[in-house]
Amino acid sequence: MRRFHYHAPNSLAEASRLLRELGETASLFAGGTDLLVEIREELRVCGHVIDIKKIPGLRALSFDEESGLRIGAQTTAREIETSPVVRTKYPNLASAVAALGSVQVRNRATLIGNICRASPSADTLPPLIADGAVLTIWNEDGERSLPIERFFVGPGRTVLARGEIVTGVTIPPPRPASARIYIKHGRRKAMELATVGVAVSVDRDGDVCRDVRIALGAVAPTPIRAIRAEAALRGKNLTPSLIAEAAEKAISESTPISNVRASAGYRREMVGVLTRRAIEAVTGAP
Amino acid sequence: MTRDISITINGEEREFAVAEFRSLLDTLRNEVGLTGTKKGCDVGDCGACTVILNGKPVNACLVLAIEADGAAVETIEGLQAAPDEPSPLQESFMIHGGAQCGFCTPGVIMMAKALLDENPNPSEQDIRFALAGNICRCTGYTKIFDAVRAAADEMRKVRAP
Repeated sequence: MRRFHYHAPNSLAEASRLLRELGETASLFAGGTDLLVEIREELRVCGHVIDIKKIPGLRALSFDEESGLRIGAQTTAREIETSPVVRTKYPNLASAVAALGSVQVRNRATLIGNICRASPSADTLPPLIADGAVLTIWNEDGERSLPIERFFVGPGRTVLARGEIVTGVTIPPPRPASARIYIKHGRRKAMELATVGVAVSVDRDGDVCRDVRIALGAVAPTPIRAIRAEAALRGKNLTPSLIAEAAEKAISESTPISNVRASAGYRREMVGVLTRRAIEAVTGAP
Repeated sequence: MTRDISITINGEEREFAVAEFRSLLDTLRNEVGLTGTKKGCDVGDCGACTVILNGKPVNACLVLAIEADGAAVETIEGLQAAPDEPSPLQESFMIHGGAQCGFCTPGVIMMAKALLDENPNPSEQDIRFALAGNICRCTGYTKIFDAVRAAADEMRKVRAP
């Protein structure tokens, strides 16, 4: 393993100061399931890891009907996966975290770490975007909130300034007539990175789609919303032909690459198939 | 730079000095001399290094030794009551042929132990889901699942007199 220095600050202020003082080769460290791999495989130059697990107040997993679900920066994927309230209220997020690595990895990996890693194929990002999740970002001047869909700039790149730390994420409470799903498509069922991921969250009023958000993973430099596909559905009665039209629009909004996991053409096709399946699943369409 | 740390390994508190970038896996194998925990991929893909850290199964290759300061770690060496007294889980792997080359076996057994500690009556699906992060290139998994299922049955009999 490449050598690095280890720091374990007891406060956000200290962690932030270390991030600023140690410069570009300092990385925050929570679960380490990506960071330590990148260091070992020499994909990342890292002189300092800053462990945030000793900072109090970052281990949260709570739900209330007013503010929704709050998850802290130390909360592991496995804690989220096994949480009864997450399974009941946010089955999209529950299935996304359960599809991440192995139990051993999920006992260490954190949701906030998965977000900050900003991989275009990260499973947790489409459901969080579709549900309108909001990040809490700490800096020395205070805290700011940012809708998660505005957080990503490119593969591995976010809007975070040096010294800023994401302390948690809040997902709004589900509306009464709403439904949500995340569909991961891969070559195998376990220990797999998504070839395409599609999340759909819908609010219904009878047969009419009152509001809908569609998020696509692994088909652009960042996870994206399929805005035109959403617009095609909003306020409409969800007929099979309308769903097919939305799926076509989602394809046109994706800009996938070809890599070892799939070709761009295959990914585009699957965006259409999975978008249709996801809409059908959340609207109970045949 | 090295740091002095203390880890309770299989019930025994051990103190040693480790480099701050050293993995728990390398520490167990090289500093403590417990080579039952295997080093396969070293990047969290294969599960051969599975140990139980504060009650939770983890890949020891993706934990820094320094993070485990003050923690309790269980390894394959802690499972048997004595050198010739294997645990029910180990016994079951022998009876059902759950090991061939044996390299993945310590990790598989530690993961299975973690599963049965949490869920004494797992379904076939529960067993497969729990062992998804343990790669075996020999057995085709069937005999591993048989061994875990049989061990669960056996251990429940002992628990419920």
